[in-house]
Amino acid sequence: MTEVKANMAGNVWKVVVKQGDSVEADQDVVILESMKMEIPIATEEAGTVKELKVAEGDFVNEGDIIAIID
Amino acid sequence: MSYVDELRSRVNEIKKGGHEKYHQKNEEKGKLFVRKRLELLFDQDIDVEDAFFANCTDSSLPSDGVVTGIGKINGQNVCVMANDSTVKAGSWGKRTVEKIIRIQETAEKLEIPMLYLVDSAGARITDQIEMFPGRRGAGRIFHNQIKLSGRVPQVCLLFGPSAAGGAYIPAFCDIVIMVDGNASMYLGSPRMAEKVIGEKVSLEEMGGANMHCSVSGCGDVLAKTEEEAIQFGRNYLSYFPANFRNKPKVINPKEVKSFEKNITDLIPENQNAPFNMHDFINRIIDEDSFCEIKKKFAPELITGLARLNGKSIGIIANQPRMKGGVLFPDSADKAAKFIQLCDAFNIPLLFLMDVPGFMIGTKVERAGIIRHGAKMLAAMSEATVPKISVVVRKAYGAGLYAMAGPAFEPDCCLALPTAQIAVMGPEAAVNAVYANKIAELPEEERPAFIQQKQEEYKNDIDIYRLASEMIIDAVVEPDKLRDELTKRYQVYESKNSTFTERKHGVYPV
Repeated sequence: MTEVKANMAGNVWKVVVKQGDSVEADQDVVILESMKMEIPIATEEAGTVKELKVAEGDFVNEGDIIAIID
Repeated sequence: MSYVDELRSRVNEIKKGGHEKYHQKNEEKGKLFVRKRLELLFDQDIDVEDAFFANCTDSSLPSDGVVTGIGKINGQNVCVMANDSTVKAGSWGKRTVEKIIRIQETAEKLEIPMLYLVDSAGARITDQIEMFPGRRGAGRIFHNQIKLSGRVPQVCLLFGPSAAGGAYIPAFCDIVIMVDGNASMYLGSPRMAEKVIGEKVSLEEMGGANMHCSVSGCGDVLAKTEEEAIQFGRNYLSYFPANFRNKPKVINPKEVKSFEKNITDLIPENQNAPFNMHDFINRIIDEDSFCEIKKKFAPELITGLARLNGKSIGIIANQPRMKGGVLFPDSADKAAKFIQLCDAFNIPLLFLMDVPGFMIGTKVERAGIIRHGAKMLAAMSEATVPKISVVVRKAYGAGLYAMAGPAFEPDCCLALPTAQIAVMGPEAAVNAVYANKIAELPEEERPAFIQQKQEEYKNDIDIYRLASEMIIDAVVEPDKLRDELTKRYQVYESKNSTFTERKHGVYPV
């Protein structure tokens, strides 16, 4: 199991996977919007999206858990 | 036994290092014997070894637990000290310390690189009066390192622990290459942390190689095996001259690797959309010449050595793929050290800008982003090697300054047609200037107004306008950038300047 965490503070702009999707390592899970930039957040490990902890429009802080990959 | 037989038998015994059981223990951990490491490190083997007989009257301490001497790497003589962890866990006694000090003094006299192959438990407490506090005690090792810094390259290959005071050897090296799983750095062991402050933590978590290469920044390169670490060290040195008086050698000029997509196809039109700066770098440098430093630490800024037509350059590039390429306290620190490293050894610098600025918010202000950013500006500003900055896309706010913008005496500031230089991006600027006006407008009129103002703003910061004002020195076709850079570095080769006259600056550390 691996936790995908926000690497900087920002707003969730797009969630690009759904619960139950299988993902590869380095695949983007969400795209944050911060400092007016698109910030893709990828999973380090491959697996299945077990849980999405955020929705589009949410504010996340650095270190917040975005998704759990199993 | 003849005199010669006695000498040979003594030499053979000492060469074996410590007791067989310690050799076995090391082997189980994937650790090589110190003499094997040296064989792999040098072109041949160690050429000259001094104080081989140190402490030879005590058969349990062959060479007093450290090998010191000189051998060749890529044909260049280098000094080395290498701990032998089969001898009392590589701990330091009086003669160990004296040997290390002497080989550093040799490196200083001969002006050749100094390598530290560290695998040591630290001081022998039983010998502390002889090796700890005095003029030629362990403190002198660090004093010498600080003196050697910038005179000759100093490289640390960390194969095992470097504990307590010993952890300062890597700290004062230009680069620290750590072997994953075995290398560690810490001031107090987990056992001590539990006893003294009540913290329960594993060695890997507190001072392991992966942690240091990705979180603390004390490590620069994470290697899977000792062989990989040694190979990295050999390759790294090929980018450097033997000392600060010389320039790096020209090595094996190669063409750029060919790709299906060229640079023009690579850069997204939308300034805010990410792309991978590594793909950009690979399209301007000699094929397979990139030697990345601190890959896992602060990856929003890429730092690495490369070759352009066989000549060493140091690249500092924003990485829009990570954290939008925004500068953070760690990225600024990373840049500051890398710039100093290149400047010290006459390696020209290349800044590739695609930067929205420094990060804002409570977290970074509390972390002192202003003083960390100042370190980067200071190092970049002071660098007197040929210095070229290229505005790839956006260069906003202090990001332009930190990345060798026109005010910081780069030899030239080039722009690609996609460049955009401004205090801030159009979205943020329109918001800042017209916030009240936007609020007053009926909601349905707002988007059109914002769009119109953003367009006006974009025209105002048009790159040809900046070229017309001579703020940038040239606008370059993306796919001709390599040629432009090669020509310009050749032209700037005779540059010989001193930043300013003084004892030294007061650094914003």
